[in-house]
Parts: sequence; C-alpha cells; structure tokens
Amino acid sequence: MDLRHLDTPPSDLERDAVDRVLDDAGFTAPSGDRTAVGGRTAAARRDLLLPSFHALNDAVGRITEGGLGYACERLTVPPAEAYGVATFYDLFAVGDAEAPIVRICDDVGCDPGTVEDLIDAFEGVGVERCACLGHCDAGGAALVTVPGRGIVEVPAPTVERIEAAIAGNVDGTTRTHTGSVGDPVLLARAGSVDPASLDDYLEGGGYRALTEAASVGPEGVLDLIADAGIKGRGGAGFPTAAKWAAVARAQSPVGYVVCNADESEPGTFKDRTILEQDPYAVVEGLTLAALVTGAKRGFIYLRGEYATAHDRIRHAVGKARARGYLGTDILGSGLDFDIEIRRGAGAYVCGEETALFNSIEGFRGEPRAKPPFPTVEGLFGAPTVINNVETLVGAVAAVAGTGTGTKLFPVSGAVHRPGLYEAPLGTTVAELIAAAGGAKGEVRSVLVGGAAGRFIDDLDAPLDDTASDVPLGSGAVVVFDRNTDMARVVRRIARFFRDESCGQCVPCRIGTVRQLEALDRHLAGSDERSLLDDVSAVLRDASICGLGQLASEAVQSALDLGLLERGGGRG
Amino acid sequence: MFGAGGGTSSYEEIETTDLILLWGTNARVAHPIFFHHILKGIDNGAVTYAVDPRRSESAAWADHWLGLDVGTDIALANAVGREIIAAGLVNDEFVERATTGFDDYRRAVDPYTLERAEAITGVPAAAIRDLAHAYATAGTAQLCWTLGITEHHNGSDNVFSLINLSLLTGHIGRYGSGLVPIRGQNNVQGGGDMGALPNKLPGFQDVADDTARSAFERRWGTTIPSEPGWHISAMFEAMERRDLRALYIIGENPAQSEANATAVRAALGGLDHLVVQDLFFTATAELADVVLPAAAGWAETEGTFTSSERRVQRVRKAVEPPGEARDDMVILTDLARRFGHDWPDPDAEAVWDELRSLSPIHAGMSYRRLEDEGGLQWPCRDENDPGDRFLHGRLWKDPIEGPRAPFVPVEYRPPLDELTDEYPIRLTTGRHLDSYNTGVQSGRFHSPRRTGGTIDLSSHDAATIGVTDGDRVRVTSRRGTVTAPVTVDRRLRQGLAFMPIHYPDEVDVNVLTNDEWDPKAGTAEFKATAIRVERIDSWT
Repeated sequence: MDLRHLDTPPSDLERDAVDRVLDDAGFTAPSGDRTAVGGRTAAARRDLLLPSFHALNDAVGRITEGGLGYACERLTVPPAEAYGVATFYDLFAVGDAEAPIVRICDDVGCDPGTVEDLIDAFEGVGVERCACLGHCDAGGAALVTVPGRGIVEVPAPTVERIEAAIAGNVDGTTRTHTGSVGDPVLLARAGSVDPASLDDYLEGGGYRALTEAASVGPEGVLDLIADAGIKGRGGAGFPTAAKWAAVARAQSPVGYVVCNADESEPGTFKDRTILEQDPYAVVEGLTLAALVTGAKRGFIYLRGEYATAHDRIRHAVGKARARGYLGTDILGSGLDFDIEIRRGAGAYVCGEETALFNSIEGFRGEPRAKPPFPTVEGLFGAPTVINNVETLVGAVAAVAGTGTGTKLFPVSGAVHRPGLYEAPLGTTVAELIAAAGGAKGEVRSVLVGGAAGRFIDDLDAPLDDTASDVPLGSGAVVVFDRNTDMARVVRRIARFFRDESCGQCVPCRIGTVRQLEALDRHLAGSDERSLLDDVSAVLRDASICGLGQLASEAVQSALDLGLLERGGGRG
Repeated sequence: MFGAGGGTSSYEEIETTDLILLWGTNARVAHPIFFHHILKGIDNGAVTYAVDPRRSESAAWADHWLGLDVGTDIALANAVGREIIAAGLVNDEFVERATTGFDDYRRAVDPYTLERAEAITGVPAAAIRDLAHAYATAGTAQLCWTLGITEHHNGSDNVFSLINLSLLTGHIGRYGSGLVPIRGQNNVQGGGDMGALPNKLPGFQDVADDTARSAFERRWGTTIPSEPGWHISAMFEAMERRDLRALYIIGENPAQSEANATAVRAALGGLDHLVVQDLFFTATAELADVVLPAAAGWAETEGTFTSSERRVQRVRKAVEPPGEARDDMVILTDLARRFGHDWPDPDAEAVWDELRSLSPIHAGMSYRRLEDEGGLQWPCRDENDPGDRFLHGRLWKDPIEGPRAPFVPVEYRPPLDELTDEYPIRLTTGRHLDSYNTGVQSGRFHSPRRTGGTIDLSSHDAATIGVTDGDRVRVTSRRGTVTAPVTVDRRLRQGLAFMPIHYPDEVDVNVLTNDEWDPKAGTAEFKATAIRVERIDSWT
C-alpha cells in the first residue's frame, strides 16, 4: 500500500505485544529488514487490529503513537484510519493519557452516593465515570487498566479494593448469585460446577446436545430447536432455527457462527454470569450451530470489560480444543470447527450484530445498512449465524432435551438479593422481585430491558416475549424504590445514548443530543414534552439500528408514567 | 529475449495472472502507469512477490518482500532454480521440448543451496524456498524487472538468471505467463526497435547479418559497417583514448546521467567538437560547441511511440514548436543536405513506410491501421496480421516452431565496488514518483511531493554517524565526493543507503557511481556503489 507510516518507533514492550498477537494468529513473517509480509496478505488480516490494540493497552495501559504505528505497519493499515478505530472504543486511552485509569460505573443500577465518594477519592489519578459495567448485582463496579496486567474488574468497589487492583493484588471475582422460579434449565449448572472443569461440565449433562445432534443430523437439530420455540435472547426475539437454516442452506462461501457476548445493556449481567459460571455451554452451543450450518470458524465477541469472563471462556475453549471438542474431526464426527475469542473495547453499539462484524473485521464498530442481513452477508461478507449467549445455551438445552421455555432475568436495584434469576416466560415482575428476596422499601418504578427498555409501574404485568406492552429486551429488571432520584436515572439513560451513539447516522447522532438537552430543560421546569415526542419519533423512525430506534423508549415511558413530574422522583 | 529486445507479454496479462514477481523494480514510483495494471492484478487476486534491497513503495504492495543485498540477484535466482529442480517442480515437458542446455544449467545452479544463498543474499532460506515453490506452482506468472537488474556490471547475466527461471517453469510464451522488462519512458522500446543500438539495424536485425544489411544498403544507397559500433560506455572510453573526438548528442544529458560524472564531464570537455540537440539547455548543452533546439517528441511533431508491450501508437502534432525549436527529423534532413545529400522534405509517414519496407516485424503496421486499431503490437508482418499479444507462443507449438530457447547458466559475482572499512556502506540509486531522470523534463514543474536531492540512511547508520533528518553529510566513493542532506528512512537496513538521481544540480549523485560496465550490454553499475558518510560539523 502507499502508506506513510508514523516516525515514532514502538517500545520493545509494544513491539512484542503486537508481534505476539500476530504470531498467535499465524501471521508469522515478521516485518524485518530482510522479509516482510504486505499487500493483500497483510491487509486481509485487518481483523487483527483490535486484538493488537488490546495487547498494546494491556501491555502499556494505552495506545501510544509508536504502538499504533507499529500495528499499522505490520497490518498495512493507514495510521489515520487506525486512529479512527482506536478512538472509537472507550477502553482505549489513545496518546499519552496517564495510567492507571480508573473507571467508576455511575449507571442506573449503581448507588449514586458510593459513586461520588469513589470519584472524589481518585481525583487526580485518571478517574472517569463510565456506563454500566454489568455488575449491578454487586451494587457498583469499577474497572481499572493496569499496564502489564490489562483490564481488571472490581465489583462492589471500595477505595481499598481499587487500590489493591492497581497494585495487582485483588481477587476480582465475586460470584453472581443465581436462582430460579421453578427448575432451572439454563442455569442448571451455574454455581454448582467448577467453571474450569470440563469433566464437571460433562457430568452435569454437558455435550449431550452435541452427541444428540450427531445422531439426528443438522435437519433433526433444526426441528428440535424450532419445536422448542427457541428465539433470540439478545432482545430481538428472532426464531433461531430460521436463522440457522438460512445459513445452512446458503450456497457459498462457507459461513461463520458468532456468539454475541457483547452484553452492554445497562442493568444486564446474564451473559456474563453464564460465561463465568458455565462457559463450556457457550462453546457447545456455538459448536452445535457450526454442525448445523457447516461453519468451520466461530467467534465469541466478548464485551471488553468482562475480564473474568474472558479468562473463563478462554480457558474453556483451550480445554475443549485439547480434549477434541474443538479442532479437526470433533469427537470422530468428521466435523471441523474452532473458535476464536475477540474482545470488544467499550462500545455499546457493538452489540448490534453488524457493528459487531465491523468490529471483528478491524473497523470502527458502526452498524451496516440492512439488508443484506447477516444470514446472507455477515462476517467477512459470508453468511453468518450470530446468536446471543443465552440463545446458544437455550439451543443446547433444547437439543439435549433438558428443558425449554425459560428466560434469564438479571434483577438488581432495590431488592434484598440481587442476582440472575431464571423463570418461565410469563412470570410477573412481582414474582421476580419476590424471588430476589423482596423489595427494599416501596417500589416506585421498575426498568425492564435496560436502557433500551421501558419503565413500568404495573408489577403484575407478565414478562413474555409475545406481550407487546412490556418488551422483554435483555430481560434486565432494575427496581427503584421511592427514595430514588428518578430524574437522575432518566437523565443518566439519556446521557448514555448520547455517549454511545456511534455518530454514523444523523437522526441518532443529533437526536440523542437534542433529547438530553430537552430533557434537561424539561427537568428544569420548561415543558419540552412536545419536542421530546418529536425527537423520539425521528429517532425511532429514521435511525438505522436499534440503538437510535430505542434511544427514547425509557425517556418516553418515564414521561408517560409521570416519573419526572416535579417531585415525581419521590412520588 | 531470445533475439528480440522486448517484453514478452501485454500489459493486460498482468491483470489476470496468478503470480506477479517484481524483481529489481520499484515500478510504483518509476513506472506508475504500468503499476496500475499491476494493481488490477493484485486486486484480482494475484499473489505478489517483490525482490529488492529496499522495502520500496512497490514492495509494500507485495504479499512477500525479499530484501536481498545489492547485486546478489544471481545467487538468489540460481537458488530459486535449484530449489525448483530439487523439489521436482520443473516443467519437464516444456524443458524437454522447447529448451536446450538444461543439464548444464542444473549443474551450474547445484552449488546454490538455500543455505548458501542465504549467506550471500541475506534473505532467509525459507523465504527463498517459498518464492521458488510459489513461482513454480503458479498457473501463470509474470516476472517483471527494471534497472535494479540491468544497472550492474553483470546486468546481462542477471537477466539470464531470470530468463532461466521462466524456462524452468514454462512461464513464457503463454497468455498470462511471461517476462516483462518495463521500460522507463514512453518510447524507450521504440528507440531500440528503430536500431538505436550499436549492433542492430531497425527491427532488431543484426548488422553482421549480410542479408539484412544489404537490404538496408540497397535502400539507403550506402555502405553499412558489418562490425557493431560503440555503445555509450565504450564511447566514453574512446573519448578518453581520444579515438572519439566529435560527438552529436540527441535528447540525452550524459553530463549528469552517466556514472562517474567527473570523468564523463572531463571526456565531454576534451572533445574537439560537441553538438547537443535537446528541448532544454541541459548541463550537457552547456558543454557544447553547437546547440540545436529541438521540438518536443509529443505534441509538436508527428510520428509513433512504442511502449513496453511492443505496441506502436501514433503521436500527432498539436502545436507549433516554440522559438527556433525544430523537429529532429527536419534538423537531420538539413544537416544531410549540408553534407551534400539530396534528402527529400521529411515526412513522418514516409519515413515510417520506409521502415516497414525494411523491418519485417513492422511490415503490417500502416499509419491507417495504427489509427483504426488503436496501435499494434509487433511482430506484425503484413496488413492482415493482428500483431502478437505475447511472444514465443511458438515454444508451445507441437512440434515447436523456430529454435529452442537456451538456458544460459550464469555465476554470481559480487559488485565491483567492494565494501571495505573505508567504504562501508552500500549505496544504491533510484527514482521518485514525481521526477524523471536528471530532472531536465520534470524539474521545472512544481510538485508538492518533491524532496530534492538527499541521501537516505537507515536509522542505525544515521545514529552511528550522529545525524538526523536535514543534517548535511559528506558522501564519498572511490570516484568522488558530494554533500547531501540526510533523510532517515526506517525501511532501510543497516549498511544500505539510497540516493535519488533526479537532482544533479543539488546533489551530484553520479559523481559517486561506478562507471564499470557490463561487457555484454554496456550498462554501468549505477546500482552498487561503496561509500562512506561523514557528518559535516558546523565548524569545519
């Protein structure tokens, strides 16, 4: 390529970090002074750009000019374009930002008092507020970037725990409580098996689905999944069997299967819990999808903030490979399939499936226009199945015959035992609150489905994927009591969408800003309802992806329920 | 190749070939139009290899770059050949039917093991092996080279070493497979075709060929020597011996373009009489007794150009030449008349038709056809001949037509300008995208990219010498010294330096270069000079 690269050389640490990523990916020929790989061969590995950035960020705590330039040289990416990619993601500090960087979640599920105390405590050492880190069950979370160690999660953070994390001595793992209404299906193993042990997984009924699949064949699997009524649990509810069948029947090229583990919906921690507590189920689910579709390669795109889940799933994939559950001729079935794990880097929009593809491919995570849909033209332009973690685990359960018809509900906020609860579809919010130990105080409102969901006040409304008045979304249930400052909560949601809009399409880029501005004026006493309604209509009708389309749902429902009326926050 | 000096393939073939091998050519900057055809090939999926001491702009486009030491091409090519043989990847049927000398070749390359080639060239054995296998197993392959191959004391041997590879694999004489020496200007090919070579008559007919020569003698009413004349390197030696004392230079700036410029200028200055005919008042014209201002070959005159794919195209006059400038043809005719010859008023088409009557490969190319058909590729032997898109298809005929193609075994010999402690750095020269040769034609136009004359050093060497971008250094070879500003180029490895040739008025690079020349082609060893580089401290 005709590229003018940066003059700043990388440090040895940075060079090694990038080289290791490329070596591990089989892109071995070094850019030495005697041989180099370039041209189309290098450009074809653009997908290694984001992993290279992660390696740089883990090694030195940020993306420096030298590190970025070196990754660009090896992968023949124009530095300006790579800068555009690096700055797209919140997890990367680009340039000479001070490390360590402490991020404190100040989102809807976290206690505002604690957040402010922590921010004060770390003033001056590079602290910033961030959106939901998916530890709402712990009542708060921090994320620390430590050069040499990478990203460290600190659930239920205190000043001491964060300082320990910076010093490298934290036990960052806290186990998310799990429970169920009725017999658990998706969470049958969670909490009762060692997530590192493949033998435990097998004893707990693991790989029964794949064995069954080998006997009934791809068509048989599709029938089982269709009969079980498995639908997408990322929020859209598309029938899974139809998705798999479309890719299975696509002529060429060979497709991919992708697990969407970029769980970033505020209030949601269901996929993290499965990945941390039952990771082999995700591996089996993706393998099942590969068996049906004929895909040879699968990807797990994992939310970048989920460091513990990353360790667990990486271990599980490695172990499964070592034991013949991944690789060539899996269990003597003739099936060749393997999984790569890719980490996101702090971009909510990458949970949108086509944005996720762009992110894996090494571009800014901006959604693509649809159609073509992923089953026709997905990852690397090939037909692609992309499923949420919960969906895949549901498919495994359906094929293994262990049960069906349940949904995962992450319950947090003003309840006595926050955690992840499995319950049959149709369970009411009140029943979930009861399962979670009951509400602390009087319930003012409940946010269902996260930031992209809606506030409800009818606790007896059933949560069902067919009911139109309460969209299930991610299943997140955040409970607010009468002491909650609802204006702060709703404003936080509006700010979230403003921050997370990728900026690609105008209605969303401008609309999310205008919504926040109008909301602020509204909260200050000026009646902006009509403008907020107009902005909402534009966002919903004209945005190209779900982010913009749903960016006004929570605000609108809060207005409808009168949560923002003067003094409304305290009822 | 095999008797006719021209690329065997058409440009379009590189757009659909399976493998492109760029050897000693930075076509991206030196042949930007041809490189657009290469880019189409890359876009269409051709695997691309670049063999070049530098990871040049062209090499950056290649899937694989092999960074050999300057002047070690034969060692690399012979090792590629040996590996193709050792791996059983020879196109046996083609070698058997269409070539001669394979056994000698095999014996000659046998000592060039991958390990030995690595020791000589610096390129890892695995990379050489990979190139050998890729080239041999490609369905079709285009092997392109330019002055990185020819501007050496053994430039012809370098070319033979590459031709041998094409014979070994049968990558010659088929659509998509061929040998492509890219020409540096729109009509370099045409110059050779028209007999501007000391041993050739127009149409690549040998002066020693009595039949061919007598045809020209009859047509021209004169006697033509059967002995080849001097090529340019021999001419300068003849000037030094005072055997050559008068020189008529048309459209060339040797005072700046030839190697060992100090000696060249002394030779030109020592002539009894020097005539220079050029568009511009060049450094060479400054030395002349008589300067004849010439019209531009494009826009101001009628005629033809011939491109690297042997395609003859018409060029038309659009404007009158400025001032006293006149068409070369008119100047030559006037001169002939002063010498007492009754030449008719010159007419481009008439001259062309005369050529057609004497050069069989051009016979079918009437002006009318050139216009109607958008140019024609030689050989084009009669009015019904469409011309050949590629040469040597005859080698694939069964039985083959014409003579077999010979393997020419060649041995690696290092550059003549040895690296020593006194001259530890290898200098190679080359080109920039926005400039042409000595800058006579391009220097007077503004370009935002133009850097001017520099010496590009590796970061290691720059650090050792204690200089950085913009610092001036003294560069000395066994033939002279120049000063130049430094550019640190991270693409260069330790011990390798690069200087562009375009800015002789600022940095007189050919004062440094070696005028030892290839006995077969007469081309000097511009590409391999031993130098030392010293910092110029402000107090000196």
